[in-house]
Amino acid sequence: MTHFENTKSKELRSGMGEGLVEAGKNNPDIVALSADVKGSVKMDGFAKEFPDRFIQCGIAEANMVGIAAGLSLCGKVPFIGGFAEFVTGRVYDQIRQVLCYSNKNVKICGSHAGISLGEDGATHQTMEDIALMKVLPNMTVLVPADFNQAKAATMAAADHVGPVYLRLGRSKMPCFLPENEKFEIGKAQILNEGKDVTLFACGHLVWEALQAAEQLEKEGISAEVINIHTIKPLDTDTIIASAKKTKAVVTCEEHLMNGGLGDSVAQTLALHCPTKQEYVAVDDRFGESGTPDEMLTKYHLRSADIVEKVHKVLSR
Amino acid sequence: MKTTQELQTIARQVRRDILRMTTAAKSGHPGGSMGTTDWMTAMQFNIMHHNPEKFTMDGNGEDMLFVSQGHITPVIYSVMARRGFFPVSELSTFRMFGTRLQGHPSTEHGLPGIRMASGSLGQGLSVGIGAALGKKMTNDNHLVYTLHGDGELQEGQIWEAAMFAGAKKVDNLIATIDYNHQQIDGTVEQVMDLGNLKSKFESFLWTVVTIDNGNDMQQVLDGMEKAKSLTGKGKPVCVLLQSQMGYGVDFMQNTNKYHGSVLNEDDLKRALEQIPPTELGDY
Repeated sequence: MTHFENTKSKELRSGMGEGLVEAGKNNPDIVALSADVKGSVKMDGFAKEFPDRFIQCGIAEANMVGIAAGLSLCGKVPFIGGFAEFVTGRVYDQIRQVLCYSNKNVKICGSHAGISLGEDGATHQTMEDIALMKVLPNMTVLVPADFNQAKAATMAAADHVGPVYLRLGRSKMPCFLPENEKFEIGKAQILNEGKDVTLFACGHLVWEALQAAEQLEKEGISAEVINIHTIKPLDTDTIIASAKKTKAVVTCEEHLMNGGLGDSVAQTLALHCPTKQEYVAVDDRFGESGTPDEMLTKYHLRSADIVEKVHKVLSR
Repeated sequence: MKTTQELQTIARQVRRDILRMTTAAKSGHPGGSMGTTDWMTAMQFNIMHHNPEKFTMDGNGEDMLFVSQGHITPVIYSVMARRGFFPVSELSTFRMFGTRLQGHPSTEHGLPGIRMASGSLGQGLSVGIGAALGKKMTNDNHLVYTLHGDGELQEGQIWEAAMFAGAKKVDNLIATIDYNHQQIDGTVEQVMDLGNLKSKFESFLWTVVTIDNGNDMQQVLDGMEKAKSLTGKGKPVCVLLQSQMGYGVDFMQNTNKYHGSVLNEDDLKRALEQIPPTELGDY
């Protein structure tokens, strides 16, 4: 199978930060806003490079969303940055009314998403954000898999017209995708071709899916690994084609089972080619404090958990 | 520019429109609409520098208005139509299936003059700030206006925005509060007393202008001109517009009954007798 090397573990939020500076160089209309967390969400590079284009909003996320919407009217391309929970769940109605219903060109960068946030605990570990954002009409939802892809996704979001949610983790995670690879919104990435089962993964779980595929190969199971970096619009063609080929699916995500990638895939399969499916996701509960490693292990989001679900789906 | 008398005539026609639209739709919010009719008429015809015939979403090179309490669509739409944003005849479609005149303002249906959806309260001040900052960034020295209900000030986001605008010296922004003291569950004082609104805004680093009678056209014109003269001085400007909900029909005033309920056909006839027809004609 195609082997992927972890070149160096890096934070996805930092990929966003670098991408934002690049995008800012290319487009003078890009502005950034943050709610007292510009360092944490890695917008400090942009703020330093373009001080006149950075707006410090203080600890007031709802106001920040409205300001971004107003700025977009004047031709600006605002990127708002905050902890994922506080720039999605906390301000869901603001996003709904002035970004999505009004269809404004604003990008939401949600850092610290998922249970791999670790020590901060459940108040900050959002595992509902994909669900909240994907149900909104007009919204595009991006979940890049590593630092390099987070950078590319940020630049792609800058070029896309319309509201975008970009989901990013806080912790250092393997970096394994090529540098400077163009990010195509809505186009799933087939990382490894296989014939027995398909692993659809997003975010940090893409690396785990690749590790699982290597393990499965040793057992004689050929796993296709597809990176669904765009939850919406969903690349249904690629999903259907792969499911028809392998006839067994495992979805892998650092999110609740309800409303995440797995549900998007399940809906697609139910409508077009009913296929047996297992979820690697968190089942209807909140997280807790601990290291990122401890969290991913306890909540069964590891490559070993994916292997186990593959065995299960193949035995059905 | 219209004379005060011409504006009063337009306002009278707008009040007829509001009552006929809401009764025809069997729903809507006539009370706050009637109370802000004079302000809205003054704004759209005399105070604002904008180009209704050639509406652009970016509002570059013109003043912008965001009505944060989106439920007062009857007055928003009537004045916009009378000002030339879209045909007056379209007012008959208010809240009807397939209309561009949605119950609350929407951009999705392509009505000229609407730049942002509103209805979920408390968000328009933030949007206005964003547009005002955008104007500063693009060296456009036109103004941004917002309008808010007084009950709406109970939303926390308003105070996030008020704090931002004061602290960041957003001085190309004029926020008007429709201070009619009425909201759905009772008077504002009964539901959630706003205290001293003037000193609240002043302590948030705003300049405050009070219009004692928001249903007196001359006072509205003078008050808004004064507000304009106070922009560009390092502070956002707040206008406390002391209006009466339901103004223009005696049995609709001094009550919150018509905030979100409409007149039946008989009451409409009685009401319209108090608002004689104008040469502008009904839609």
